[in-house]
Amino acid sequence: MIGRICGTGSYIPKVAWDNNKLSEMVDTNDEWIQERTGVVRRHIASGEETTSYMAAEAAKAALADASLAPDEVDLILVATISPERIMPSTSCEVQKKIGAVNATCMDVNAACTGFIFALNTAQAFIGQGIYKNVVVIGAESLSNLVNWQERSTCILFGDGAGAAVVRAGETGHYAQVTYSAGNGGNVLTCSSRNQKQFEEQPKAAETYMQMDGREVFKFAVSKVPEVIRELLDREGMQPDEVKYFVLHQANERIVRSVAKRLKEDIGKFPVNMGEYGNTSSASIPILLDELNKKGELRAGEHVILAGFGAGLSYGASLIQW
Amino acid sequence: MLEKIKEIVADSLGVEADTLTAETTFKEDLEADSLDLFEMVMAVEEEFDVKIETEELENIKTIGDIEAEIKKLQA
Repeated sequence: MIGRICGTGSYIPKVAWDNNKLSEMVDTNDEWIQERTGVVRRHIASGEETTSYMAAEAAKAALADASLAPDEVDLILVATISPERIMPSTSCEVQKKIGAVNATCMDVNAACTGFIFALNTAQAFIGQGIYKNVVVIGAESLSNLVNWQERSTCILFGDGAGAAVVRAGETGHYAQVTYSAGNGGNVLTCSSRNQKQFEEQPKAAETYMQMDGREVFKFAVSKVPEVIRELLDREGMQPDEVKYFVLHQANERIVRSVAKRLKEDIGKFPVNMGEYGNTSSASIPILLDELNKKGELRAGEHVILAGFGAGLSYGASLIQW
Repeated sequence: MLEKIKEIVADSLGVEADTLTAETTFKEDLEADSLDLFEMVMAVEEEFDVKIETEELENIKTIGDIEAEIKKLQA
């Protein structure tokens, strides 16, 4: 059996902060941010918009798109690094919120590659015949982990959620290449706030996201083309057989650089970080949902999804729509 | 080596190689920002099989500086 995406959904927080708003908080400006990142606005979760709330809303939309009832779902996977609770898992919260009473639920922590790894997990369970209807979600409230006094990182990130319903079928094509590189992990970190001395150091810098920008940039623009080429080679496919390359929306300059290295037309690399910033595990499913809802994806077409981020982790999935 | 560096810079920054000299500055003459430099330095690292440390980037202002850095690393 092969899993095929048969529905997508997303949830975007109502409040948006543009670059001008950030320029009132830290020493930066709209032009500088746009030139280096492509980010214009980012949405910030507030009020009832927790990670699980957004995940559940995205899941509901994806189930409606797939015409699947919540009680038909047998696995919920939530990729997140910013759950509002350590336990129960965000996926159990989603189960409760959407009424997916027959589902098994667990979370995946692979940062910005989270959706790719979760999608692989779904495919593995489907391939083994264990589950048939899987909801894969990427959901983040990164605004809770961002140091809003640190201008090199706070300009990049945003909140949101995206989901895909993956259904077992006899036909279709799925292939993946993934890697983790723990030895290189110290260039992008966020320490747990659940630590013994937390009372004494409530604002410790290491409990916010910290990033060595150059190293992460290098990692992304070297490894993403590599993993995409490996995937295409393994499947005996040429890049022109791929309609879109849906990359994690970390930075528009990374996307442009990857396209250039692959010698592929930049038009095949859709971007939306201008509106949302980097939403980590949510970025790929949000973008996929946008493409789906715009009617950009037709049955049978091949799309490559590629994620990269903290871990370090990276991977690419070839899907057939 | 300078010619090869010029080619890489031209390709990375989208300028004509024959307009570049050892004195060409990245920031002022070519209006390159930090990410342009990262990309260009990556291409240089791959071509010459060297690793330029992030701290050294602050000292690299011209195409000639790149050449000097590579020679130092290859020595």
